Amino acid sequence: MANTVNIKIDGIDVSVEAGKTVLDAAKKLNIHIPTLCYHEDLCVAGNCRVCVVEQEGVNNLVASCAIPAQKGMVIHTNSHKVRNARRHVVELLLSEHNADCTKCYKNTKCELQDLASEMVINEHMFMDLVPDKNYTTDKQSPSIIKDDSKCIRCQRCVRTCHDLQHVSALGVAYKGDHMKISTFFEHPMYEVVCTNCGQCVNRCPTGALIEKNYLDEVWDAIYDEDKHVIVQTAPATRIALGEDLGMESGSIVTGKMAASLRRLGFDSVLDTDFSADLTIMEEGTELLTRLKKALVDKDTSVKLPMFTSCSPGWVKFLEHTYPDYLDNLSTCKSPQQMFGALAKTYYAEKKGLDPDKIVCVSIMPCTAKKFEANRPEMRDSGYQDVDMGLTTRELAVMIKQAGIDFQELPDEKFDSLMGESSGAAVIFGATGGVMEAALRTAYEIVTGREVPFKNLNITAVRGMEGVREANIKLENVLPAWSFLEGVELKTAVAHGLTNAHQIMEAIHKGEANYHFVEVMGCPGGCIGGGGQPIPTTPEIRRKRAEAIYREDEGMAVRKSHENPEVQQIYREFLGEPLSDKSHWLLHTHYVKRKRV
Amino acid sequence: MPEIKELVTGLADKHGRTRESLLPILQGIITEERFISDDALTEVARELDISAALVYGTATFYSFLDTKPRGKFVIRICRTITCDMKGKKQIINTLEDLLKIRVGETTKDKNFTLLETNCLGWCHKGPAMLINDDVFTELTEDKITEIIRDYMRNI
Amino acid sequence: MPDKKLKRVDIIFNEDCNCNEVLTNSLKKSKDEILKEILDSGLRGRGGAGFPTGLKWKFASQEAEKEKYVVCNADEGEPGTFKDREILTRVPLKVFGGMAICAKVIGAKQGYVYLRGEYQFLKADLEKSLEEFHAVLKDIGFDFQIKITMGAGAYICGEESALFESMEGNRGEPRNKPPYPTVSGFRNKPTVINNVETLVDSFMICRIGSQKFMELGTTDSRGSKLFSISGDTPIAGIYELELGMALEDFVEEFGDGDTKAVQVGGASGFCVPRKKFKETIIGFEGVPTGGSMMLFNSSRSMYNVLKNYVEFFEEESCGQCTPCRVGCQQLKKGIEAIKKGEKSASYLKTLQKLAETMKVSSKCGLGQSVANSFSSIVDNFKEEMIY
Repeated sequence: MANTVNIKIDGIDVSVEAGKTVLDAAKKLNIHIPTLCYHEDLCVAGNCRVCVVEQEGVNNLVASCAIPAQKGMVIHTNSHKVRNARRHVVELLLSEHNADCTKCYKNTKCELQDLASEMVINEHMFMDLVPDKNYTTDKQSPSIIKDDSKCIRCQRCVRTCHDLQHVSALGVAYKGDHMKISTFFEHPMYEVVCTNCGQCVNRCPTGALIEKNYLDEVWDAIYDEDKHVIVQTAPATRIALGEDLGMESGSIVTGKMAASLRRLGFDSVLDTDFSADLTIMEEGTELLTRLKKALVDKDTSVKLPMFTSCSPGWVKFLEHTYPDYLDNLSTCKSPQQMFGALAKTYYAEKKGLDPDKIVCVSIMPCTAKKFEANRPEMRDSGYQDVDMGLTTRELAVMIKQAGIDFQELPDEKFDSLMGESSGAAVIFGATGGVMEAALRTAYEIVTGREVPFKNLNITAVRGMEGVREANIKLENVLPAWSFLEGVELKTAVAHGLTNAHQIMEAIHKGEANYHFVEVMGCPGGCIGGGGQPIPTTPEIRRKRAEAIYREDEGMAVRKSHENPEVQQIYREFLGEPLSDKSHWLLHTHYVKRKRV
Repeated sequence: MPEIKELVTGLADKHGRTRESLLPILQGIITEERFISDDALTEVARELDISAALVYGTATFYSFLDTKPRGKFVIRICRTITCDMKGKKQIINTLEDLLKIRVGETTKDKNFTLLETNCLGWCHKGPAMLINDDVFTELTEDKITEIIRDYMRNI
Repeated sequence: MPDKKLKRVDIIFNEDCNCNEVLTNSLKKSKDEILKEILDSGLRGRGGAGFPTGLKWKFASQEAEKEKYVVCNADEGEPGTFKDREILTRVPLKVFGGMAICAKVIGAKQGYVYLRGEYQFLKADLEKSLEEFHAVLKDIGFDFQIKITMGAGAYICGEESALFESMEGNRGEPRNKPPYPTVSGFRNKPTVINNVETLVDSFMICRIGSQKFMELGTTDSRGSKLFSISGDTPIAGIYELELGMALEDFVEEFGDGDTKAVQVGGASGFCVPRKKFKETIIGFEGVPTGGSMMLFNSSRSMYNVLKNYVEFFEEESCGQCTPCRVGCQQLKKGIEAIKKGEKSASYLKTLQKLAETMKVSSKCGLGQSVANSFSSIVDNFKEEMIY
């Protein structure tokens, strides 16, 4: 191998690529070095000092996450000196930490607790600093709770918010004993640029950043005889839920999830995938309409490229950061909100339910969906369209609370009317999925033929590259779409808001000339959403994406417009895409927000 | 607010609009205003296209970039042991009496803020203090009384 | 036992020096000639850490990167140190000259003086001297510019990588090392960062020759250095002394006759009690110092001294790494609790061990050096901590 470095760790020789760290080398040997501030998705900080190891010939310990392996290094990961220092570091963190674990949402899921447990800390070595600190908890956001008393200042959240998301709602403020993780002027998260994406929640090792849970509210609704509780499940939940219930990453648990929801007591077990298909119908038609207005009518008020609007983190990012581009956002509500608006109108009507008594609960891979459900725009049914948004994690908690042996559950189907879906809807969960689903439908509408890709798999828009582009030439189109003859449809896909920022800058500078852009707020798309099981790593996201595409291939219907329930709703309720009724229930508008 | 906007724009014109311009701009605001308000920081973030939280985080890191309201004259007494040994406490007592405020506070007329600070680099001539950027050393009760009276007269 | 006697020296502030002439002559030499001179002199950094200056310059000169920088570290924040202020007031041209010579060696076109916010009042005069200096460089035909960058009240910015962060407009948080500044410093480009006094010494070595400089001091500590002398002394001030003297001689010269301890190297340095004055050498082979010498007589409480230092560190830690941020808080709270009797005397041992952990596991020199004063004061004045 070219460019390798040989070192010795705990007496064992190992060679690693030049530039790899001592921690990487130890992993290769399956030697576990504890870490806290380190995260595979993030740049190295070297702050917590839990991962210190001893290097022969060097007096001070070195942070294994930050030090590159250098030729001839002899490392000890478990020497007396290392154990003492590591113990001290954990004790110091505990002394600053509100360690009232039984009252913590992250109890038994906390990396600091795990370390304390591993070290068998019976009595605290140092004095309790918590009473001296004026720790505060910010509970104002409908999505995220920030509890400073649990914070160990590892800055994973800060790096996530900055590096992965280009949001920087969270930063480090002050220094010394006053150093803390803070928003602008310590304003509530609710009042700053936070997109509620929850990527920080997903990476926080402790209970300092958690989703606001609505477990009690949902249980109360279920127990309330008077209420009809409808649950909808997002595409990406079915390939991740298993992880929180003892299964491997990449397990597909669609059937078990439906079964568990029924056992939990939900009255109607339905699927957001249904409204994902509906989104494709509306959004695809909107795109074609925009193209027509721009290309044929030369209407300059029509904005292109059109951006997808399913990701509430992305939508809020745009509202704060690029408010001049709000007209480029598709007016389509997200599948969650389309579902909610229809649950209390169409579904109620068809099933003879009083919409006033319907409680609509969603299971989402997302924390921003909680905020979205609470947006004042999202009350077109005459009620709050979606009453409570739960994360995949919260559903796992409910399943555990109910004593359900998830892995042994039989596979069950969703209830009918808003429970059917296509493979195109499932792939909404992965970055590029909405684009692929839209192309499968739009191409067929325009040409009357299926997209020219093997098995309908548009691989150009798949994968984990931050920004991907795909152009499709429209030829031999149907007469109604003759204006599109020969047009090369230019599309792009971005996931994670740093990539979204990159694509926006290119568009803003006139360097990119797309017709249609899909953006998902989270790395990997919804499979890597802020509400998904913790941890998330590139490897885990890859496995979840694979599962999504497996699920798609296994579906009988692969295209949104072929979903029989979608055809039925247009026949019986909506009329056609972009009809008045569609506009009333399925479309929305956006608001300009401050950038602080 | 329009004045702050003008000030920040002027400073950005002078120092540039890169991340490296951040500290000079914040220092420029301090020179004019003695502290950096919420509005001023928002304006800086906008001018430099940097997240407001990061601008806030940077400002609060530096002791001289106050984000809390300060008086026209910020008095900083050196708290290092050598100044302490030469009677810093007495100087603070005198200042507290003269200004009728405690350390950390600002006078009602917003003319003076009294703070302690880390080593000013005048250990051979303690006790030492800064009033804004001006240095005063070898302070005595009489000397400090005279200095403060001078400042009060010239307000 | 030290073989050097206390000797006053006059190099840094020497007024017979025609700076422009020295600069002109030095810049005429080849970079290898200059480098050899600096390497031969044995000059080690005067900020406290004592890295060989010639080596630093050599490493930076070997980097292929075209864009390189020379930075003068004038963030003199160590309690008890005030020599750099004096240098910048009295002989700024020597500082700039040292920077230009370094620039010649490493191939830099831009230099910066990072001046601490507390020295804002020096800036106008320095700018004036810079004008003069730039004019001289222009006459010589040497392409090098110096800018002054202001700090804003953060001790940690004296740490070189934190200083770069600050210059780049960030929080002054130290970086992980490696890479070191000579490879990746300001703007991630090869950078030589030297203390104010080091630059003057380099300049003066070019004038007097390495041989003359080497004749002063000891094998490990060549030359002389400025001492900032304060505390219980009748003649506080700045003195240039030959390195390698015994602390006993120093105390005899500068003490008030009742010196019970000397804090060598400021809050991050070591406390030497009276009984060790004789055996303690001031220099890299003994107790090194960036120049701060604080004298305490028997009327002083060493508990108050230590508490003052720990409070200083608690506030000035950048806060990013655990051992330093939390360790400082624990040390302060701990000694207060012991003093009040809320914790038993044996808790001092726990704190000593904690200080040791801070020394070996903190991210940068600040956290690593807290143990110096903590352990040396607690070891030598245990009773004062308890009663």
